[in-house]
Amino acid sequence: MAGDDERIPVLDVRGVTKTFPGVIANEDVDLVLHEGEIHCLLGENGAGKSTLMNVVFGLYQPDKGSIRVRGEQVQFTGVGDAIDHGIGMVHQHFQLIPVFTVAENVILGNELTNGPFLDINEARRRIIELEDKYGLAVDPDAKVGDLSVGEQQRVEVIKALFREAEILILDEPTAVLTPGEVDEFFGVVRSLVDQGKSIIFITHKLREVLAVADRITVLRNGKVAGTADPSTATQKSLANLMVGREVVFQVAKGDAHPGDPVIKITGLRVEDVRGARTVNGLSVEVRAGEIFGVAGVEGNGQRELVEAVTGMRPKIGGTVEILGQDATKMSPRQITELGTGHIPEDRNKHGVVGAYSIADNLILNRYFKPPFARRWLRNEAAIASEAEELVAQFDVRTPGIHVAVDNLSGGNQQKVIVARELTGDVKALVVAQPTRGLDVGSIEFIHNAIIALRDKGVGVLLVSAELDEILSLSDRIGVLYRGRLVGTFDGADATREELGYLMATGAAPESEEAAS
Amino acid sequence: MGTDQRDLEPSGFRLKVQEAFQLQPVLVPLYAILLSFIVGGILIALIGVNPFEAYWALLRGMFGSKDNIAASVARSVPFMGSALALAFAFRAGLFNIGAEGQLLVGGVTAAWVGTWAWMTDTPAIIAIPIILLAGAFGGFMWGWVPGILRAKTGAHEVISTIMLNSIALFLVRWIVNSRDPVILRDLEASVPRTEAISDTAELPTIIDSQPPLHWGLFVMLGVCFLIAFVLKRTTFGFETITVGTNPHAARYAGMSVDRIIILAMAISGACAGIAAASEVSGTNQLFQPGTFALIGFDGIAVALLARANPIGIIPSALLWGSLLSGAPLMQQEADVSIDVVRIIQSMVLLFVAADAIVRYIFRVRGEAEAHIKASTTGWAGQ
Repeated sequence: MAGDDERIPVLDVRGVTKTFPGVIANEDVDLVLHEGEIHCLLGENGAGKSTLMNVVFGLYQPDKGSIRVRGEQVQFTGVGDAIDHGIGMVHQHFQLIPVFTVAENVILGNELTNGPFLDINEARRRIIELEDKYGLAVDPDAKVGDLSVGEQQRVEVIKALFREAEILILDEPTAVLTPGEVDEFFGVVRSLVDQGKSIIFITHKLREVLAVADRITVLRNGKVAGTADPSTATQKSLANLMVGREVVFQVAKGDAHPGDPVIKITGLRVEDVRGARTVNGLSVEVRAGEIFGVAGVEGNGQRELVEAVTGMRPKIGGTVEILGQDATKMSPRQITELGTGHIPEDRNKHGVVGAYSIADNLILNRYFKPPFARRWLRNEAAIASEAEELVAQFDVRTPGIHVAVDNLSGGNQQKVIVARELTGDVKALVVAQPTRGLDVGSIEFIHNAIIALRDKGVGVLLVSAELDEILSLSDRIGVLYRGRLVGTFDGADATREELGYLMATGAAPESEEAAS
Repeated sequence: MGTDQRDLEPSGFRLKVQEAFQLQPVLVPLYAILLSFIVGGILIALIGVNPFEAYWALLRGMFGSKDNIAASVARSVPFMGSALALAFAFRAGLFNIGAEGQLLVGGVTAAWVGTWAWMTDTPAIIAIPIILLAGAFGGFMWGWVPGILRAKTGAHEVISTIMLNSIALFLVRWIVNSRDPVILRDLEASVPRTEAISDTAELPTIIDSQPPLHWGLFVMLGVCFLIAFVLKRTTFGFETITVGTNPHAARYAGMSVDRIIILAMAISGACAGIAAASEVSGTNQLFQPGTFALIGFDGIAVALLARANPIGIIPSALLWGSLLSGAPLMQQEADVSIDVVRIIQSMVLLFVAADAIVRYIFRVRGEAEAHIKASTTGWAGQ
């Protein structure tokens, strides 16, 4: 723990300021990392965490301030310098080549050679040595593309260790992991620090910070908002520090008054892009005025389920009924026209056209209808006035409706999508990962908007990898495992543990019946 | 991101005026042209000719007399169509390099229709639209084929339009060459070409320069403005640009991506086809395959120089055609080969594509990244 401050820190960042044209990303930031310590860097999206780490990792040069590694003043001009000083980084998006083996990926850019040939055997030997030492089980000969996300992450850690990193920067390492994998990963992190490595752990998840940190630094708007000691800090105190105001954790939500089914899925079977049947005989009914939450480890058919229901992906078998009509073979346009809203999982790929203005994005699914179109001509005045109205109603923070959506923060982009999909004559709503990567303020706003719609009698199918989100919003919860619902729970009764167990194993024999 | 964007957001009329006078988007092409002439001048100096003399001759060749100006404009007209053929598809995220073939098919269709017997009894006010529409239809079909191949089978339009260029070239050559059986060949003529079209289907000449400036100019200007209007004001234009910018979001928003891809390619082809018809009808009064050589490929350059903006294509095509039209005088008077103009033209494109060079030399700020993104979507295919 952080008792002995007389030691020379392994990493000492002092007064770092980094500006981009028009934006101060970091202002006078201090960060001290001691040997064998896990230092959590906490902050909302856009608080400047990534910029700070990119400065430390040599990707950016700071405008002001100094960095010392083990007391030695350093000035990195590139990533190579940082690696030479024993700094390694595991990025949120893995930098791996799927068709190469683990060993090949690890030595990439740092190839061991024997004459003109790659010395893959020597590399394998060293990788296995590292795996044994730190408890990182991965088969060095497996193709990376065949590995699970958790295993791929371990490969990234091995890569850094292979380059003799003493300081490891982990950028949102748990964002892609299942609850079980998270615990396993914490074990790895612990064994790394036990062996003398020092770790900077970037996250915005409060639970994790308290579970793993030795020391906490909170960033807000590019500045250090405060430091905290995990033994005395609480989730609430950290959240307040992070957001700068009181945060309500529990979503206020009255009882559901469910009505007739609005989405009725029977025996649905869907294949993913590679032809694997990822939804296999799934049946569920979502009623008007309720939120049905689908929990599950990612990759169990969530994406295909949502795409099949919204008409984006053909069905192999089964039926989908929306508002009493057979929608099995309908196109996305037909399904939207029935009165279905869809908040897609991938915001930038499906949700918005980044180069378009906010106004154009707000009418993306109804540009062809009056008043936005008069026959085949666009009605710019109607489009603008709709945009002004929705921007105000959904609190999109923007200087104007003609600003390109690319220039908005993730939270505001999502508000644009939510505004579009929740407006109009919506009776059924399909929502996938609605708050992924968003800041606390936007999450609150979007959750409240979804609940308000449910209270107006809309049936909501919610798919989320965030168990907390499922638990706080859903009136009923189903656990998706290998393409089927293996259990349904009343939202009020379900517990994290129960759901987590079912998500990981799919086994709870009595719940098989509940699904059918 | 949140700082001072308020100042960058003028509203209404003021915005429109500012947009109209924004130099920023055309700075790179303008500087690229300047830079190319500087490098070209160095080349000319290296072979021992005074570059100022050469350029003076070139300039007079382009604009030195009324006839020269008319010839320059006349040379530019077909490039407007072939550039639109690239530009419209480009806005839908497609890289149509098939203008060459679309011109040939449009041209031969127009000539065929123009030689129909009853056309001679048809008044010009009907015959001219018919011949133009025939050309547009030929190009439309020749663009529709790669469109449908792309949409239904995923065949990349770059490959298929290259192949269709070859097919069109040999097809029209066969049609126009063949003596037995005679398909469209004029048996009296010594070179392979079609018979002359009906007088009533000829676009009136404005200035009898070489080549003649005819009403095709107004036809093609009209098409440029029409395409600009379609892209900017109609729901179909909105769909087209959405598909070109983010096809996934377009599909998610309920647009039929396949239909738009097919239509965008076909409309592109129609732009080339109508340009070919205007040449057949206004310049040659018959169809001869060789007259269209390179017009389609140069159209790619003209469109990229205009950044696929249909209005921008007008000055871009005028520059292109004038340079080609003025070059012979430079060769005559300064002994500098016409090829130098070709080299300069190619360099302009090179500098526009590698705009980082231009931005570095002339210290132009901004949107390099967005531009690269826009010009690569056609190849990325997704």
